[in-house]
Amino acid sequence: MMTSSDVTTTDSPEEHPTLRWLRKLVHHRKAGVVGAAILLVFVVLALGAHWFAPYSTVNASGGVFAPPSGHHWLGTNDGGIDMVSLLIQGGRISMLVGFAAALVAAIPGALVGILSGYFGGWVDTILMRITDFFLVIPVIPVMIAIAAVWGPSLFHLIIAIGVLLWTSTARVLRAQVKTLRERTFVRRTVNLGASRTRVLYRHILPHVAPLLIAQTVITMALAIFYETALAFLGLGDPTAVSWGTIIEDGFLRTAISTGAWWAIVPPGVCVALVVISAYLVGQSIEEALNPRLRVANVSPRSWKIRPLVGRGKDAL
Amino acid sequence: MNTRTLDYVLKRIGFSIMTVFVVLTFNFVLFRALPGSAVTDLSRVPNSTPALREALARQFGLADSKWQQYFIYLKQLLHGNLGVSYINGLPVWHNLTTDLSNTIPMVGLGTLLAIVFGIWSGVTSAWRWHRPADYLLTNTAIAFYSFPTQWLGLMLVMIFGRYLPTTGMNDPFAVGGSAWSHALDTFKHMILPAVAVALTLYGQYTLVVRSAILEVLGEDFVLTARAKGIPARTILRRYVLRNALLPIVTLIALSIGYVVGGALLVETVFTWPGIGLAVYQSVLSRDYPMLQGAFLILTLSVVMLNLVADLLSLKLDPRVAE
Repeated sequence: MMTSSDVTTTDSPEEHPTLRWLRKLVHHRKAGVVGAAILLVFVVLALGAHWFAPYSTVNASGGVFAPPSGHHWLGTNDGGIDMVSLLIQGGRISMLVGFAAALVAAIPGALVGILSGYFGGWVDTILMRITDFFLVIPVIPVMIAIAAVWGPSLFHLIIAIGVLLWTSTARVLRAQVKTLRERTFVRRTVNLGASRTRVLYRHILPHVAPLLIAQTVITMALAIFYETALAFLGLGDPTAVSWGTIIEDGFLRTAISTGAWWAIVPPGVCVALVVISAYLVGQSIEEALNPRLRVANVSPRSWKIRPLVGRGKDAL
Repeated sequence: MNTRTLDYVLKRIGFSIMTVFVVLTFNFVLFRALPGSAVTDLSRVPNSTPALREALARQFGLADSKWQQYFIYLKQLLHGNLGVSYINGLPVWHNLTTDLSNTIPMVGLGTLLAIVFGIWSGVTSAWRWHRPADYLLTNTAIAFYSFPTQWLGLMLVMIFGRYLPTTGMNDPFAVGGSAWSHALDTFKHMILPAVAVALTLYGQYTLVVRSAILEVLGEDFVLTARAKGIPARTILRRYVLRNALLPIVTLIALSIGYVVGGALLVETVFTWPGIGLAVYQSVLSRDYPMLQGAFLILTLSVVMLNLVADLLSLKLDPRVAE
């Protein structure tokens, strides 16, 4: 799955440090680098959708449900609109919703996680009770209720998704802050007379920031996933094309009974690719921060003990 | 049952009751107290006279203060009154119990399939750790975990639509026939939606089971068992699986909310007349009493099932209470 290969790296002294860093990154975090590359492609396509989309996403450029051809790589949909252009344009909205919702979720996630981890006591108890509550309630029905009552629009979608996806960020950050608080350097800083805000801002925050980024990337994937679900249920923004609305249209406009697989398969594959890549990136960051995630397990087949950290020559 | 266990049980029950209360309140606030929400829209009939608006507001109980409305709402809920559907005029409770009785067998079958298959593939991939079988099973699981639920359902329709029924619960033209043939027909209709539910869930279960098994494999008692010369399969069955059961139960319980969401999408794809389809249709037709009732029932069932899972994990490992 997500492991680096057993390549022994030899550091040549004349190599540029940045280059060496990059080479090591590619070697040790193969899965993460692949994930980041795929994500980057999707982000570039989304940002430059107007240049990359070969045809209009409003006007027909081919026949109804025309199969894939040289002109239309993925065929056309029920309105004769080019699928490649729709996918690129849809990716723009899906990624926007995912990104914005992840940012919305990052704020309460970080606040709850850091505050309850750092202060502990009754603050922790109350905040964790609230988190437990959000963990228990089923996400999709609540999102449906919010989006249905407020009416379909991108902004409502982003808020409805964002306010429900902060729980795992909060839990992960809380655990990290709890261990950080007991670390020697933090305790020494406190003993030297640093104020709470200074400790939080100068010592805790920089240490949890990468973790927050990792969690936000994973939340983005989840948000894209939920966007397609809500769009499928008719709660997406009717004026914006997203991967979710493309799947919805394929379902409602009989792409399946016509046999037009190209109108329905690609958006699902795009969503899966983005979700998988985001998970790979998020996990790589978390693993880099916490090498214990790769810690010792006895392999049942060979009954060998797995190295604690690193592999090959530099194994511990 | 010692005091600590009792304390734990009471705490879990207390938390569940509090959650239910918060859900009820949220349900009220979301649908009624927000400005410009669904029910206040009713009194905005175009070209209406103030008198008509006032009459409508009184008819729907909107003339009272919010607090009064809230207490009336709670009181009616205690009597099992969820209001009346805007669409078919029947009590929401009546509609939803019918829907729920259709949902439970289908989702139950799907979840069961997912658990069985997820445990098999999770155990196998942990057993073959860092071998081709592990990579194959784990990556397949990740892929299925990442595909949108409704899309997986549509793929099933596309691939198996020729062989199995894809819409509804029964063949509308199969009139007469014995109870047995009717049940068989229902089962045939149930296969594809249940498989769709199973496919969306099994990926997550595989990953959870795999990591739980790997965790236990690293324990000292496994090494001891190995040193005693117990056969590997016996170690897996007697020592590893039993100890891995607790995290598996906990995480399956946490996924119940996800099951509910997945079932909702699957029912929409296959027009399975369950509570999920009811939600979809009430969203389309803006049937707010139905939506509100369905939301309430879905949330309450998730809270209840979580409580059951908490108590089950206490039964599996009494140390949970400490």
